[in-house]
Amino acid sequence: MTALGLFNYWAVIFLMMVGFYTLIARGNLVKKIIGLNIFQTSVFILYITMGKITGGTAPIFVEGGEDVIYSNPIPHVLILTAIVVGVATSAVGLSLVIRIKEAFGTIEEDEIQDESL
Amino acid sequence: MIEFVDIALLVLLGITAFSIIRQKNLFAAVMMVGIYSLLSAGLFVVMDAVDVAFTEAAVGAGISTVLMLGTLALVGHSEHQPQHRPILPLFVVILTGAVLVYGTLDIPPFGDASNPAHHHVAPHYLEESEHEIGVPNVVTSVLASYRGYDTMGETTVIFAALVGVLLLLSLGPRPRRVFLNGRWITVAASEKDASKEGVRDVQEDSVQVSHEEEDSGDTNG
Repeated sequence: MTALGLFNYWAVIFLMMVGFYTLIARGNLVKKIIGLNIFQTSVFILYITMGKITGGTAPIFVEGGEDVIYSNPIPHVLILTAIVVGVATSAVGLSLVIRIKEAFGTIEEDEIQDESL
Repeated sequence: MIEFVDIALLVLLGITAFSIIRQKNLFAAVMMVGIYSLLSAGLFVVMDAVDVAFTEAAVGAGISTVLMLGTLALVGHSEHQPQHRPILPLFVVILTGAVLVYGTLDIPPFGDASNPAHHHVAPHYLEESEHEIGVPNVVTSVLASYRGYDTMGETTVIFAALVGVLLLLSLGPRPRRVFLNGRWITVAASEKDASKEGVRDVQEDSVQVSHEEEDSGDTNG
């Protein structure tokens, strides 16, 4: 397991940076929200990674299992809440995009800037 | 074996994420986000978080894909080529990534049962919740009982988001989908679309819009 020691964290950082890059470098507003979603999911993976115990199983009680190892349930609970809240916030973001399209006729950042000058 | 699945899923996630930023067609990008969510749901199963995997597959891969597709139907699906070279964003991203990688060097190794994260309240939940709550699934008992206020706050946030979406989309003119000449097209709302003249205007607009869409499709395709 030592080879895997930090691989998960580095993969999470890669995904997080891909999302971050999409968020700051792309001008299309829908693409920005997609980037935000990628970023969000990478944070979920980070939390779930922290909750995993080697040789453990899902935290649901097994009948008569005295020496069963269960993974940590707390990150699971936090992320369950975060997923639903994440979808709610991206719904608000997407409806803002629709309003911006109606007001400016475009959802490209640079064109919106030209329009409002 | 589990390590192998874990690495394979993470590599696939990386490839999917990378192809999402390269993708100029937003419909394709949104479908790829669905794939990304489904892959991460698979990863959650491998990491023993079955409840999270359910939610991610249903809400992340399902509902948010539908929301994004609905938005794309109203705002169009082609992304413009970025005009300036992304040197500053790349610099910021690489710097942040390097700092985060430096930070992981102190993180306790993956899957170790002696990690500090497993020694606060988690043992209490795992040992006592069956007697205290009486539900075999620990995640359920923590979600609905020990941390019930969290869940109440979550529903408050969802309610606030719902109110926000309804307010944003119900006030004032907004683009609509109309069926014209055998295909669905998006029309920008006009100021006076309640009157009959307005309807005629909308139809003229929409014909223009459809031509524009065809043109842009040709240039991109």
